[in-house]
Order: sequence, then C-alpha cells, then structure tokens
Amino acid sequence: MAQVFHRSINWVAKFSIIAILGLVGGLFSVLLNINRLDYVSGVGVARDQPVPFSHKHHVTGMGLDCRYCHTSVETSAFAGIPPVETCMTCHSLIWTEAPLLEPVRAAFRDDVPLQWTRVHDLPDFVYFKHNIHVSKGIGCTTCHGAVDQMPLMKKAETLNMEWCLSCHRNPAQFIRPRDRVFDVNWTPPADQELRGQQLVKDYNVRVSQLTDCSVCHL
Amino acid sequence: MNRALMHVIQLMVLCGALLVSGCDLRQRMYDQPKYEAHEATTFFDNGLTSRGPIEGTIARGQLRLDAHLFTGKVNGELATVLPPSIPFGKDLLERGHERFDIYCSPCHGRTGEGNGMIVQRGLKQPPSFHEARLREAAIGHYFEVMTNGFGAMYSYASRVPVEDRWAIAAYVRALQFSQRADFDKLPAQDQGQLP
Ligand code: HEC
Ligand code: HEC
Ligand code: HEC
Ligand code: HEC
Ligand code: HEC
Ligand code: HEC
Repeated sequence: MAQVFHRSINWVAKFSIIAILGLVGGLFSVLLNINRLDYVSGVGVARDQPVPFSHKHHVTGMGLDCRYCHTSVETSAFAGIPPVETCMTCHSLIWTEAPLLEPVRAAFRDDVPLQWTRVHDLPDFVYFKHNIHVSKGIGCTTCHGAVDQMPLMKKAETLNMEWCLSCHRNPAQFIRPRDRVFDVNWTPPADQELRGQQLVKDYNVRVSQLTDCSVCHL
Repeated sequence: MNRALMHVIQLMVLCGALLVSGCDLRQRMYDQPKYEAHEATTFFDNGLTSRGPIEGTIARGQLRLDAHLFTGKVNGELATVLPPSIPFGKDLLERGHERFDIYCSPCHGRTGEGNGMIVQRGLKQPPSFHEARLREAAIGHYFEVMTNGFGAMYSYASRVPVEDRWAIAAYVRALQFSQRADFDKLPAQDQGQLP
C-alpha cells in the first residue's frame, strides 16, 4: 500500500501531540481556576432584593452599629437577618409613606417574613461560626469588605477554601483588638504583624489546629 | 480492531456519565436537604423553618418565676432597685454603656438628651432622660419600657436579653447622675479636665 502521508508531514503529528497535551493542561487549569473568577464566585455582584436596603445610608449615614440589626452575631454561628419589626422601629415613624418600603410594611401588616436573597452562602458541607471569629478579634470588614460604603450588599471575598486558609494559616495579619471588631473604619496599623502576633497570644488563638480539615468540615 | 474501538467508546461513555453524575452529586452536596438558619420551606404553612414553642409549653429554664427580674416589678409596683441576681459593679455599667450605645443612642443620643441621629433625620423626639420626671422614675420603669415598648417606641425584648436590659437601665441611672454630679466630689485630676 502506498504511503498516504509524506514524510515531511511528520511535524504535524509531533505538533499535534504537544498541542493536545497543552490543550488538556490548559483545560485543567481553567477548571481549577474557574471558581476564582469573580463572575463565578459572585464577588462584587448585587442580588435582586425585595427592598433596596442600603448599608451605606444606615451605617455611615446614621451611625448604626451592626448589632442593632444583626443581633446574634456575637453569640451564635448565624449573624442574624433582622425581622421586619426591626425596620419598623424606625420606619413606622419615619419615611412612612415611601413606596420603596411598601414590601416592609406589607410584611409587617400580614405577619409574613420578607424573603431576602442570600449574598454569602457557603456550601452546606462547610461549617462556619460568627461568634468564634468575632470573639477572637476578627472584624466584620476583614471578611465582608467596606460594608459601610455599599448602597447594595455585595460579596467582597470569594469565600472559597483557599481564602479561609489564607487567614487560618496566619491570623496575625488580620486580627485586631476586640473592641474594634465592629469598627468599620479600622485599618491595619503599620506594625500589624507585630501587634497581631501579640493579640494571637493574648486571645489564645489555636493557630496550630486551624488548618485541620475537621475545623471546617466536621 | 473493532473490539478495541468498542472498548474505547464504552470507556468514554462511562467517563462522561461519571462526570455528569459527579456534577449532580456536587450540587447536592452544596445544597443538602438539611435547612440552614431561616431557610424557606414548603413543608410548613407559613414557609418558615424556624419553629416557635408550641402554645402552652415552657422550655427548660424558661419558667419566668422571678417577677422582679423578668417584669421589673415587685408586688405589682415598679422596682426601685436592681434584682438580686444582677450584681452591681463596674462590669455591669460597662456592659450597659456598650449596649446603650448600640440599641438606644440612635434615637436617645449618647448622653440621653433625646437628640440622636435618627431624631435629627426627623423621628419623633423622645423626652430627655435628664428631665425631673424621668430622673425620679423607678429603675423598673426603664426595664419595663425596654421590655414592652412605650408609646411610639417599640419593644426591645427580642433584641436585648433580660440581663442586658438591666445593665442598660443601670447605665441610664449613671448617665443621669453624670449630668448632675457634685463638682466638689470629683477627684482632683477630673476636676482639672472640666472647662
Ligand atoms: C438597619 C439594619 C442593619 C444594620 C445596622 C446593618 N445591617 Fe447588614 N443587613 C441588613 C439587612 C436587612 C440585610 C439583608 C439585605 C441585604 O443583603 O442587603 C443585611 C445583610 C448583610 C450582609 C449580607 C448577608 C447575606 O445575604 O449574605 C452582611 C455581610 C451584612 N449585612 C453585614 C453588616 C455589617 C458588617 C454591618 C455593620 C457595619 C451591618 N450589616 C449593619 C440590615 C442591617
Ligand atoms: C434606626 C432607624 C432605622 C432602622 C432600624 C431602619 N431604617 Fe431605613 N431609614 C432610616 C432613615 C432615617 C432613613 C432616611 C435616610 C436618609 O435620610 O438619608 C431610612 C431610609 C431607608 C430607605 C430609603 C432609601 C435609602 O436608603 O435612603 C430604605 C429602602 C430603608 N430605609 C429600608 C430599611 C429596611 C429594609 C430596614 C430594616 C432592615 C430599615 N430601613 C431599618 C432609619 C432606619
Ligand atoms: C471570618 C470571616 C467573617 C467575619 C469576621 C464575619 N463574617 Fe459574616 N459571614 C462570613 C461567611 C463565610 C458567611 C456565610 C455563612 C454561610 O453561608 O453559612 C457570612 C454571613 C453573614 C451574614 C448572613 C447571615 C449568616 O450568618 O449566614 C451576615 C448578616 C453577616 N455575615 C454579618 C457579619 C457581621 C455583622 C460581622 C461582624 C460582627 C461578620 N459578619 C463577621 C464570614 C465572616
Ligand atoms: C481573617 C481571618 C479568618 C478568616 C478569613 C477565616 N477565619 Fe475561621 N477562624 C479565625 C480565627 C482567628 C479563629 C479562632 C481560632 C481559635 O478558636 O483559637 C477561627 C476559627 C474558626 C472556626 C472554629 C474552630 C473551633 O474550634 O470552633 C471555624 C469552624 C472556622 N474558623 C471556619 C472558617 C471558615 C469556613 C472560613 C472561610 C469561609 C474562615 N473560618 C475564615 C480566623 C479566620
Ligand atoms: C478554614 C476552613 C477550611 C478548612 C480547614 C478546610 N476546608 Fe475544605 N473547604 C472550605 C470551604 C469554605 C470550601 C468551599 C469552597 C467553595 O465554595 O467552593 C471547602 C471545600 C472543600 C472541598 C470541595 C471542593 C469543591 O470544589 O467542591 C473539599 C474536597 C475540601 N474542602 C477538602 C478539604 C480537606 C481535605 C481539608 C483538610 C486538609 C480541608 N478541606 C480543610 C473550608 C475549609
Ligand atoms: C427608634 C428610636 C428609639 C430607640 C432606638 C429607642 N427609643 Fe426610647 N423612645 C423613643 C421615642 C420616640 C420615645 C417617646 C415615645 C412616646 O412618647 O410616644 C421613647 C421613649 C423612651 C422612654 C421614656 C418613657 C417615658 O416615661 O416617657 C424611655 C425610658 C426610653 N425610651 C428608653 C429607651 C431605651 C433604654 C432604649 C434602648 C434599649 C431606647 N429607648 C431606644 C424612641 C426610641
């Protein structure tokens, strides 16, 4: 049988082997990194909400503390989303006619909950607790970004495992004094690394165990 | 040759099936049948997963027998002292200070004059804690107002636990005292700081 391909075509065969390897490798790294894309992880994306609630107005404009609404953040795993009754403590007296707030008034009248869309939502196989982080000096803005500047709530971090571990390996870079946890204006001082190490000691942070799988996956 | 091809195709179909079911399994692991806090459900009529206590039942440790502690009243009269189970001290006042700033200062202001940020935005102005009537009111009155609300003010019972409500009441007393403190009784270093 006569040769179908000429000898000089051999490079195509060689090239295609390399190209296929490259393609497979490329595909693999795309799959590995796809979760890191903001588009996939939802960083910086505002969700549709029944009421366009603005943290910027309520936190920066009025100086409300996070705990006025997120009442259980110091004591339980769940930070707590305020019931409409909390909104009505003010909005029964102020901005009482605003059409924007009609869903709040309707929910209060009919005694049904308002359905907010979750912005942060870890997979169900990850166990996260607010209370331990707050009591060991990790501030809200470290994980949630500049909430006080958000007209609509957005995720500031990917919340993937790599991100959790970047702190669990070395919390000293992020830890702050307990009385500044709710302070939205806190920024790390120039000697954060030094002060952080001191705080990690003072608050008995068990750094050596923090990367154990069982800490987050039980 | 043909059999080899068949094997390859079978293998590819198997891999594909695994990949697809893997995605599905992964999705099911991400959103498991268990409910997270406040998740919506179709199981109960009102759509809530959080269940309240059944009417007429009392959870262990929730039988509120101590009227002084839980209602701010002794024999039906507003209490004039803290309940015995709330020890008075610096810790209590510091706790009260922190909680007052979180839950009360938006309307009543940090000093209790009734000129908080929300009032400046147009909310009905509450009375100043430094007027004679409120200075003379029993401490139980403050507890009662926080627990049941007062006029236009809503109840804070669901947001501020009982112990913290007493701490706030004690702190309001301290605020009232601070506005009328006797200058001569201040330590020398504090006297120097006043204009
Ligand atoms: C006046 C009440 C109020 C105050 C004060 C407040 N929040 Fe919120 N917060 C809400 C409401 C309502 C939502 C749900 C709607 C939304 O996602 O925007 C929310 C949502 C959030 C979420 C997103 C929850 C999710 O869906 O994943 C975060 C994070 C958050 N708040 C952090 C904070 C921090 C940090 C502070 C203090 C600096 C704060 N909030 C102060 C009412 C409040
Ligand atoms: C402590 C008082 C207080 C509470 C609690 C409160 N608000 Fe407001 N809210 C205000 C005031 C005051 C304004 C007017 C804003 C201004 O003057 O800039 C306002 C304005 C708004 C507006 C109008 C648009 C804007 O952002 O300016 C919306 C919507 C709103 N609030 C939603 C809510 C919701 C939803 C809740 C409950 C989670 C809530 N508020 C709880 C005081 C409050
Ligand atoms: C160590 C990082 C971290 C810190 C610090 C932190 N959060 Fe969160 N927060 C998260 C994560 C992760 C979630 C998503 C939890 C989930 O899906 O189960 C979340 C969710 C929330 C939610 C939605 C309700 C919930 O609990 O799922 C609110 C509200 C919230 N955080 C408010 C706060 C406030 C207020 C503070 C400061 C006191 C704070 N967070 C501090 C990481 C953090
Ligand atoms: C900015 C730093 C920081 C980030 C980000 C962070 N953590 Fe933590 N985490 C800590 C510190 C500090 C502790 C306290 C350790 C201790 O108990 O001594 C902690 C403790 C925990 C604990 C409790 C351990 C126990 O023994 O109870 C869990 C669970 C946990 N983290 C889960 C997470 C998850 C899940 C994420 C990512 C979504 C995360 N953390 C992100 C700093 C962080
Ligand atoms: C600090 C908390 C933390 C620790 C410690 C931790 N994980 Fe995770 N893990 C997470 C979070 C958060 C996610 C979810 C990431 C996401 O949303 O895709 C996750 C996801 C995973 C996944 C699923 C990945 C996927 O894409 O579906 C596996 C598998 C996993 N972790 C294994 C481990 C193993 C093995 C260890 C111990 C070496 C470990 N984890 C330790 C927080 C943690
Ligand atoms: C949303 C604004 C708001 C907040 C927050 C608030 N109050 Fe009030 N409060 C009012 C208003 C308005 C009145 C006047 C009510 C009336 O006369 O109808 C009032 C009245 C009072 C009175 C006077 C009762 C009397 O005898 O005249 C006391 C005491 C009081 N509040 C205590 C508190 C305490 C303690 C807190 C914190 C837990 C608090 N309030 C938080 C708005 C508020």
